Amino acid sequence: MKTRRMRPGLALGAALSLAALLLALLSLVWTPHDIGALDIAGKLRGPSAAHWLGTDHFGRDVASMLMAGARTSIAVAVVAVGIGMALGVPLGLIAAAGAGGWLDEIIMRGNDLIFAFPSLVIAILITAVFGPSALNAILAIGIFNIPVFARVARGGALGLWTLDYIRAARVAGKGTARISAEHILPNIANLLIVQGTIQFSLGILAEAGLSYVGLGAQPPTASWGRMLAEAQTMVTLAPHVALFPGLAIVLTVLGLNLLGDGLRDALDPRGRGRQA
Amino acid sequence: MIRFLVRRLLALAISLIVASFVVFAVIEVIPGDPAAFMLGLNASPETVAALRETLGLTGSLPARYLSWAGGMLTGDFGISYTYRVPVADLVAGRLAVSLPLALLSLALSTAIALPVGLYAAARRGRAGDAAVMGLTQLGIAVPNFWFAMLLVLVFAVGLRWLPAGGFPGWEAGALPALGALLLPSVALALPQAAILARVLRSALIETLEQDYIRTARAKGLSRSRALTHHALRNALVPVLTILGMQFSFLLAGAIIIENVFYLPGLGRLIFQAITQRDLIVVESVVMILVFAVILVTFATDIAYALVDPRLRRRA
Repeated sequence: MKTRRMRPGLALGAALSLAALLLALLSLVWTPHDIGALDIAGKLRGPSAAHWLGTDHFGRDVASMLMAGARTSIAVAVVAVGIGMALGVPLGLIAAAGAGGWLDEIIMRGNDLIFAFPSLVIAILITAVFGPSALNAILAIGIFNIPVFARVARGGALGLWTLDYIRAARVAGKGTARISAEHILPNIANLLIVQGTIQFSLGILAEAGLSYVGLGAQPPTASWGRMLAEAQTMVTLAPHVALFPGLAIVLTVLGLNLLGDGLRDALDPRGRGRQA
Repeated sequence: MIRFLVRRLLALAISLIVASFVVFAVIEVIPGDPAAFMLGLNASPETVAALRETLGLTGSLPARYLSWAGGMLTGDFGISYTYRVPVADLVAGRLAVSLPLALLSLALSTAIALPVGLYAAARRGRAGDAAVMGLTQLGIAVPNFWFAMLLVLVFAVGLRWLPAGGFPGWEAGALPALGALLLPSVALALPQAAILARVLRSALIETLEQDYIRTARAKGLSRSRALTHHALRNALVPVLTILGMQFSFLLAGAIIIENVFYLPGLGRLIFQAITQRDLIVVESVVMILVFAVILVTFATDIAYALVDPRLRRRA
């Protein structure tokens, strides 16, 4: 009954996520207008046939900027999730392989320590020192994905190590690293994909927040967060410049969350729905 | 319990020491001389040398760390380069805004999440549950600073009920001050409430499926009484965990929200310090925020050891 109820969520989530991805890809080759084209005379116009979502304070086409902004958001989130997975998963596998040992203890305590840091504060520290840029935003978001994936990988792997076929592989002479790569990793792939989807949506929110306060992608790169920051002073004159970028963020994040939840329920029959 | 407490205290101390290393190191890796970095390109060598002296940059690396960390321990956070006042005074003044903001939104999010979570758990699997959970999905996806802009548009610009930004100060009276904090705390509370309601719902449902609840129900306990008297208490552990974790998100959110509403809190202080290259303030405020988060995590650990004795042995 549960799974049947969740299916529309999965479909909606997949559709929204796919739409964001396709628009971002499409912006590489085509946008309704050139995002660099200024038209001061036609600034802050509402939606029309020529400009579907209106124009901003420089007369730029909002729809085109949203498409290019999707590219920035997705690129930042993908690389940040990639960093988290590339470093976190091996750490989690190592910790699980030596569960209870000193290596496990060190990795997990290190994890707790990163968790203790307020991520945005560290992002601010990083950008205060190295200057604001999309790259530093990626680093700041990516670092905090490492402990998340390490924990998920360790948690998933711990149960597997007690299973008979893993013991059999051990008896057959396979080393710890080979068992982790050949037997453990494929079996926790589901968990990692679900967590990846959730971290992806968190990454998009984080990127929007960072670029909103001026610590993310710098002009002329289009970014949803910065569009909102620029719209803030004009929100009374032209609400649409604040409305559409916000909606773009909400729909993308909502889509990814629904996708993550739906995948979790679809892949794990015992799943009780997302915890948070 | 004593053993547990000692272990946790030890972990707390280690976390704080490592955190201070990290913050200190990040500031240290700034290419070149921090004094020159703060003064910019046009500073004369004499001014830079004078600032180096005031900053205590003349000593060796361990000596500098010890003097900074020792100062933090005794409440001496250094002197702000741009404001020319002790950082401790600056922080105390800003906390008078940030702390009430955080507490108000924490209270709001709990006040929203409790009834919503209880309702959804009671109507599990039915239309009411689905509707409420759909709304929480939306609540999680809304960036708080965008929600803040919408609130300003409706309640400050449209209806003119509340100020769009700024802070009159507590001297102006509690009511105007709280009025200035109301929209920001609502903006902060919404996404937190959505997460909290979802956690509460799944924790309640998990508890409701346990045998002792079934026994209590079989003995004639009503559904709602089982929910509020038995399940709620046991669902508190995951809820407390999330509340503790939310403090860090709240802090981060507050930093952004303070900028939306032009509130003179810690968040704005950090951004001003960054643009003015006032590294002493950045370093100290970051350390204070990290300290606060680590302390709250510690307090949460202790709190749920008190709620659930089984957790004491596991730590």
